[in-house]
Amino acid sequence: MSVLTPPRSAHSRRAGRTPGARPGFSAWANRHRKWLFAAPAMIFVGVLIVFPLAWTVYLSLTDSQGSVRAASEFVGVQNYLTVLSDVERFWPAVGRTLSFTGVALACEVVLGMGIALLLWRPFRGEKWVRVAILLPLVATPVAVGMMWRLIFDPNIGFINQLLGMVGIPPQPWLSGQDTALGTTIFMDVWQWTPMVVLILLAGLTSLSEEPDEAARMDGANAFQRFFFITLPLMMPTVIVAILLRGIDALKTFDILYATKGKGGGSFHEVETLNVYAYGLSFDYNQYGLSSAVLILFFMIIIGTMWLLTMRKKAVSK
Amino acid sequence: MTVLTEDTGNTETRTSAAEPQQARRRRKPLGTRAYKVFRVAALVAVVLFLIAPLFWMLLASFKTNVDIYDTGKSFLFTPTGENYANVLQRNNYFVFIFNSFWVAFVSTVLSLVLGVPAAYAMSRFTMHRSALVVLMARVIPGVSLLVPWYYVFSNLKMVGGFEVLILSHMFVSLPLIVYIMMSYFDSLPLELEESAQVDGLTPIGAFRRITLPLAVSGIATAGILSFIFSWNNFMFALVLSGSKTKTLPVAIFDFVSYASIDWGGLMAAATVVTIPIMIIALFTQKYIVSGLTAGATKG
Repeated sequence: MSVLTPPRSAHSRRAGRTPGARPGFSAWANRHRKWLFAAPAMIFVGVLIVFPLAWTVYLSLTDSQGSVRAASEFVGVQNYLTVLSDVERFWPAVGRTLSFTGVALACEVVLGMGIALLLWRPFRGEKWVRVAILLPLVATPVAVGMMWRLIFDPNIGFINQLLGMVGIPPQPWLSGQDTALGTTIFMDVWQWTPMVVLILLAGLTSLSEEPDEAARMDGANAFQRFFFITLPLMMPTVIVAILLRGIDALKTFDILYATKGKGGGSFHEVETLNVYAYGLSFDYNQYGLSSAVLILFFMIIIGTMWLLTMRKKAVSK
Repeated sequence: MTVLTEDTGNTETRTSAAEPQQARRRRKPLGTRAYKVFRVAALVAVVLFLIAPLFWMLLASFKTNVDIYDTGKSFLFTPTGENYANVLQRNNYFVFIFNSFWVAFVSTVLSLVLGVPAAYAMSRFTMHRSALVVLMARVIPGVSLLVPWYYVFSNLKMVGGFEVLILSHMFVSLPLIVYIMMSYFDSLPLELEESAQVDGLTPIGAFRRITLPLAVSGIATAGILSFIFSWNNFMFALVLSGSKTKTLPVAIFDFVSYASIDWGGLMAAATVVTIPIMIIALFTQKYIVSGLTAGATKG
């Protein structure tokens, strides 16, 4: 390499400093390839994010409603005060968002870890199990919501039919005021546990065998080996899984809207922040209020991510 | 990798050959036989849990509504193709299928064109801050973008056209593609490009003729996932699509806006949406898994 360097730099000084480049546009393109490559995508995302985000911030400070084109007045932080003092819709929605995400994530990580451990060592028929894991993951969420609507239907659903066989009275599931949120959490767990399995499995396969082997030699049993060796080593991957899933779980919309419709049902029983903000924007056209909700929602997401990233850094050390 | 596996294999055989007694004692606490039975049972339970609901949907799509309401005919019934005929012909699902396909296809191709070079630059020049800007798109709630988009695009009289839908779906695809391709380019050795440049290729030439062909499987991964996400997308199409550009998820959602639900038809429609994507998934399993787990195991 170092032997080659002098002639190359002599040549490239003439050709615009980049080795091998032809003069003119090509040389210019090569010299600026960093930004030439990155800029189009960044401008696209920037225009589509920065502008709408700035607009949302602006709207959240106005009383815009009815039509986005209607005249609106600047009202300062009034919307934020209204939203933050709203104990009927906003705070319950915050609670639902957090409990939906928390419970769903906890189930998905525990189940996901269990399934990943089952799949860890090769076995016959592995291929078919892997296919089964992939199917819920790629299924269209709206279709999945409709599918569960039929299965959980109080009168004709298969779940109540099964419960009837063992003598349990039919449950209202999605139509019950208390059971609806839990039922949607179940749907989320069904669809997204496979995602956690795939991520954790990738983590498990990249683990080195030696610590586990050494612990085995020292007479540690399977549970000890899992809790004291595998789990600590897997912690960074577990947090990545929680991070990736958490962002999507906080923003869950499709299955909630598909199963319960506008406002998260007639008693708002599955109304999370995303569903609430969507309803304010597109069902009631309260743009000012909905923008304030969105900004607060966004801050919750960023906060959660930040906490998890900090945790990951601490664990990785 | 192979060397490592062989190594452990050898150690294992050696230990068990030399000290069979100890090997047996070592495994005893676990109860190998019991564990095996448990593992098989657990795997069967997992597969049933994941597949049974989909199977139920498929069954219901072949039932008449009378049979769906008859709990005695859960598994034994006379299958009918009527629901599919209804959905496909009377409800014009072929149009929606085409719309979904077209939007997913075009948005994926355009996102690849923008995203692959960007991911390359961000990976090679370690532009972490720029990458963060693109990845922010994954975090922002979609609703906060929809209001301004709706305003601008309705003023431009573009709502209800394919362009808006494709743009909005690209917004999901592009960050996904950048994310997957960055971790893919990170894993490609830099030396190949360097030696190509020593041999006289320009940096862009080296990217085009060396790196890009090597990244084909990464591009396939990113493209397939982006297609699936776009096909499944609901919220953007709910607001931005018109009667002519309605995509399948929105069409299914509209199915239940009537007073009584036509369950057979609904399940047939749900099956029509999920089947194409599942077939794609079956044939591209390897890519999907590597894409979904991209960057997950790095420190």
